[in-house]
Amino acid sequence: MEKTFKIVDEDGIHARPATALVTAANKFASTESFAEAKGKKVTLKSILGVLSLGLEQGDVIVLSTQGAEEDAALKALTDVMVNEGLGEING
Amino acid sequence: MANILGIAASSGIAIAKAFRLEHPEYEITKRSISDTDAELAKLDAALEISKTELEAIKERTLQEMGAKKAEIFESHLLILNDPELISPVKDKIATEMVNAEFALNEVAAQFVTMFENMKSTYLQERAADMRDVSKRVLNHLMGVNFQSPAEIREEVVIIAEDLTPSDTAQLDRNFVKGFTTNIGGRTSHSAIMARSLEIPAVVGTKEVMEVIQNGDIVIVDGLEGNVIVNPDEATLAEYRAKGAAYEAQVTEWRKLRDEVTVSKDGVHVELAANIGTPNDVAGVLDNGGEGVGLYRTEFLYMGRDELPSEDVQFNAYKTVLEKMAGKPVVVRTLDIGGDKELPYLVLPKEMNPFLGFRAIRLCLDRQDIFRTQLRALLRASVYGDLRIMFPMIATLMEFREAKAVLVEEKEKLVAEGVAVSDNIQLGIMVEIPSTAVLADQFAKEVDFFSIGTNDLIQYTMAADRMNERVSYLYQPYNPSILRLVKMVIDAAHKEGKWTGMCGEMAGDATAIPLLLGLGLDEFSMSASSILPARSQLAKLSKADMQELAAKALDMQTAEQVVELVQAIHA
Repeated sequence: MEKTFKIVDEDGIHARPATALVTAANKFASTESFAEAKGKKVTLKSILGVLSLGLEQGDVIVLSTQGAEEDAALKALTDVMVNEGLGEING
Repeated sequence: MANILGIAASSGIAIAKAFRLEHPEYEITKRSISDTDAELAKLDAALEISKTELEAIKERTLQEMGAKKAEIFESHLLILNDPELISPVKDKIATEMVNAEFALNEVAAQFVTMFENMKSTYLQERAADMRDVSKRVLNHLMGVNFQSPAEIREEVVIIAEDLTPSDTAQLDRNFVKGFTTNIGGRTSHSAIMARSLEIPAVVGTKEVMEVIQNGDIVIVDGLEGNVIVNPDEATLAEYRAKGAAYEAQVTEWRKLRDEVTVSKDGVHVELAANIGTPNDVAGVLDNGGEGVGLYRTEFLYMGRDELPSEDVQFNAYKTVLEKMAGKPVVVRTLDIGGDKELPYLVLPKEMNPFLGFRAIRLCLDRQDIFRTQLRALLRASVYGDLRIMFPMIATLMEFREAKAVLVEEKEKLVAEGVAVSDNIQLGIMVEIPSTAVLADQFAKEVDFFSIGTNDLIQYTMAADRMNERVSYLYQPYNPSILRLVKMVIDAAHKEGKWTGMCGEMAGDATAIPLLLGLGLDEFSMSASSILPARSQLAKLSKADMQELAAKALDMQTAEQVVELVQAIHA
């Protein structure tokens, strides 16, 4: 399962929204969640990993989930992206 | 008595004994260990204590400073739980058979370097968070105790190299009167925290830690960015008075935050703010702004490699409109070209950039850029009271052409089924003398004027405002400028329209009495000028200022006008 987003927040992905993403990913113990951008793939269960992507406005990020609750996890992550005003679904 | 200069980070005056906040310094050496289980247990214990401490700090911050400020500690907690940090540390201990503090320090340093090398300054500053978190755990691993700022129980001014986020969160306002640091800038963590705690602060002094000892008496002047060490009696008295005056003023201004702006004789004028990004809106609301009088959209186009997409712009405009919750927001369409360059928009060099291909002139030529912006604005219009204005309008034909493009884009959107507001006011910046002179004709077709004084003055006086040798010609109070302003305001009123002003002049204490007298409807200024202006306007009678303005219009020089205005304060 994966979904592509374009970062629309003018500050990119900062500590606060990164915290929200990691907290959402951590809720699904049985499912691995990843973020991929600029040729680098990191686990969404790591705030340092997410911040290390150095995402800025206009960047494209692919979120993917794998495991027993991959549907629910991807939906939760999508909600964070949209509700936090971070990104919009791209294609 | 020593005087140290720094950056004013948080307003106010603090006078108290110095307290040097020093984080314990220790060498972290590499040691070989034999019992890896014991070492791992030691690490876990230190992590647990650190997490408990952070939970407590987070709770305290939540209570005293609100959820937004507490979030930083939530991310610190996530870092301590982060497998990307903890696993490599544990691996290092287990496979290399080294001590926990060495392993942690090595791994944390890699992350610090990673953040420091990031492109965005915000992410670069996250290096401080990484250091802060790892230092906390290292202190426990090393068994080092240090007096945390939370334990201070007498009135002090804190002197530090820098304050970490957890330092600032532990400051008790009852005892910590102010602080000053060697490093940092206006946007560093400590500066932002100081402003939300309303503790006077001067940062980036480079030398307070070298000059100030524990127990010295220190004045922190957060208004001017000054630190005075062991002042004499006269200086102390002077600063006590300055501090008291500032406090009194703040109290008076604060009372006006939720008030409408009215003159002494009960006439309402609107005080709005100039902004550059959606982030500036918080400051507008905090200072009781009644609207946004100028949203400079240039910043959306700067600092990037390509034109901002319609969606990026839409989001920014929508955010501003939503945050302003129905208060008017005047957006100026792209004012770029001339001296303001965009790297991805290659334009030929010009002899006279200020008189050249810029703003609406460029937008009417590069309609692809213009139409994208207008579409984004139109789509955002349903989220609040949007008003659009075109910059650098010199002729009626330019206005009509720009308006036609806007109408076309609106019709297209409506045909696509997109909701667009039907109540978008459309105005122009008045910054070119030809437009000011012909304002009576423009007033028949626009909904409002906004006078851009910076450019209007330089075009009227034919003096480049960047050229120091002719800077004496930058004369906002010259009767010629006042007459142009009057022509514009009168022309608007005759057609039942309104006039605002969004240049420096609108927030200027000497200009405000004149502008009130000339009948200006909206004053747009930097957010921090709003409350002082509201306080000033409440003491002025519009009827009296009309007389004052009439006299000023008949004067010969700017100097005479300044004298006239100053006489009313005497």
